[in-house]
Amino acid sequence: MNAPGHLKYTKTDEWFDPATGTMGLSDYAQSQLSDIVFVELLVEPGEQIAAGKAIVSVESVKASAEVFAAAAGKVLEVNKALSDKPETLNSDPYGAGWMVKVEAGQAGDVMDAAAYVKYCEERAH
Amino acid sequence: MTFIPISPGERDAMLATIGVGSLDDLFEAVPASHRFPKLDLPPALSEMEAASQLADIAASNENVREHLISFLGAGAYHHYIPAAVDHILRRGEFYTAYTPYQPEISQGTLQAIFEYQSLMAALTGMEVSNASHYDGATAAAEAVSLAYAQFRGKRRRVVLSPAVHPQYRAVIRTYVRGMGLDLVGDDPQADLEGGPDSLVAAIDDQTMLAVVQYPDFFGRIYDWTDFIEAAHGKGALVCIVANPTALVMLKSPGDMGADVVVGEAQPFGIPLWYGGPYLGYFTTKKSYVHKMAGRLVGETVDSRGQRAYVLTLTAREQHIKRERATSNICTNQGLLALASAVYMSVLGKAGLREVADLCYQKAHYAATELSKIKGYGLCFTDPFFHEFALCCPKPVSDINAHLLEHGILGGYDLGQDYPGLKDHMLIAVTEMTSKDDIDALTAVLSEAPHG
Repeated sequence: MNAPGHLKYTKTDEWFDPATGTMGLSDYAQSQLSDIVFVELLVEPGEQIAAGKAIVSVESVKASAEVFAAAAGKVLEVNKALSDKPETLNSDPYGAGWMVKVEAGQAGDVMDAAAYVKYCEERAH
Repeated sequence: MTFIPISPGERDAMLATIGVGSLDDLFEAVPASHRFPKLDLPPALSEMEAASQLADIAASNENVREHLISFLGAGAYHHYIPAAVDHILRRGEFYTAYTPYQPEISQGTLQAIFEYQSLMAALTGMEVSNASHYDGATAAAEAVSLAYAQFRGKRRRVVLSPAVHPQYRAVIRTYVRGMGLDLVGDDPQADLEGGPDSLVAAIDDQTMLAVVQYPDFFGRIYDWTDFIEAAHGKGALVCIVANPTALVMLKSPGDMGADVVVGEAQPFGIPLWYGGPYLGYFTTKKSYVHKMAGRLVGETVDSRGQRAYVLTLTAREQHIKRERATSNICTNQGLLALASAVYMSVLGKAGLREVADLCYQKAHYAATELSKIKGYGLCFTDPFFHEFALCCPKPVSDINAHLLEHGILGGYDLGQDYPGLKDHMLIAVTEMTSKDDIDALTAVLSEAPHG
């Protein structure tokens, strides 16, 4: 599983990039969900969001999940392209699969990549 | 029905295992007043005797196929059902009401539902149809659920046309109880004459959905195109409740721009059956499919590249999406959807058109004849399909009692639902109504004393 070192992660499998303010769904989460077929953005630019707020709803062929904000802040941008190409979340969860970008994001309860990898491995057993 | 036989020996063994002396002891914890009472039943009949007694009771039912000339519609219609419908319906392979979960053993049923969906989508001019709902009223209420989910609760107003079937509106109100929605447009004093123009003003920027009927409850036909455009201008969705028989000859709701088209598919191959079970159809645009309730069958290819059918987009349903799902209903009417699909296939485009034409022509003959009778007249002047409101010189219940003596089931008493339409009767005519039937109704009403 892939968990880039410059990102922070939540226990609910979201990532947050403190440098850019972007957030999304982890590689571990996309592989657990399998083929993602539907993405609904639940927030809009300009909205003030709290960490833990549901920002995106995703459906795969066999499951449905909500993605929560890994950080609080004012929404600058949302990745509208995901609605048309939900499979981007499977192919590039940390790049083109970004979901929401916030201004001056305050990370919620997050861990670093090493801790997140360990956390995922523990769950796999 | 599950029948689990149990012998007295087995029962005693079970009681002994749990350490209880008798069945009465087992239920001792239940207060006597809450236990099932002793039934004072006569000695059991043999099967032969019971069948004969039940047949006698059944024979006292009067029905539109054998005894009565019917002019009663109001949402349920007496149409001819080709024998092939029942024949296919009763095949063991199809004889289940449930949607199949196992595609590997259910290709026939899944294909039948897929055909049903395709036919309904073609009929309504919409892009997608679900596998059906319990009845037309449920389907209409599910349209409200779709709109609510689409706007994620940010819009809370629903505009209901007063000319939507009163029972459908009642079901919608039951559905949305506790959701904090604002239902407007159908108060008892609502304008029934104005058509689309009188309703459009009720749509504001908080409106999530407008629900209208086509032809409406009074049989009237309006082109909703401008209304839908105005609603879309406010960002609202529009649901059209439509009679499938009428859609065969009328401009399709899809062509008018409707977002959701629902209705009662009972007219397509399902008997009147004393009010149910019926079949709710639900169609919409592809862009709303993820907010649509119900089962959906899709076409795909299997591992060998052969065409195959499966339930698809199931993650939107409540057994997966839980409390975030649009609806907590995903059951469909599998058997009756099959009946409808067979009905449409057997009649074909030309046959369906002939049914619709006959309904239309005969209804217009009836309207012309009935409005010639002294004291009677057409209530509305708008174009209509196979139903129309007739003003009567006295209470509808009196007229219907008199008609019944002549073997005629009269029309629906509109005064029950619309105080302003006291002494108004809704007359329905289908291809099953002969000219003689219409002439008989005209004759009885003409002779009746007007006191």
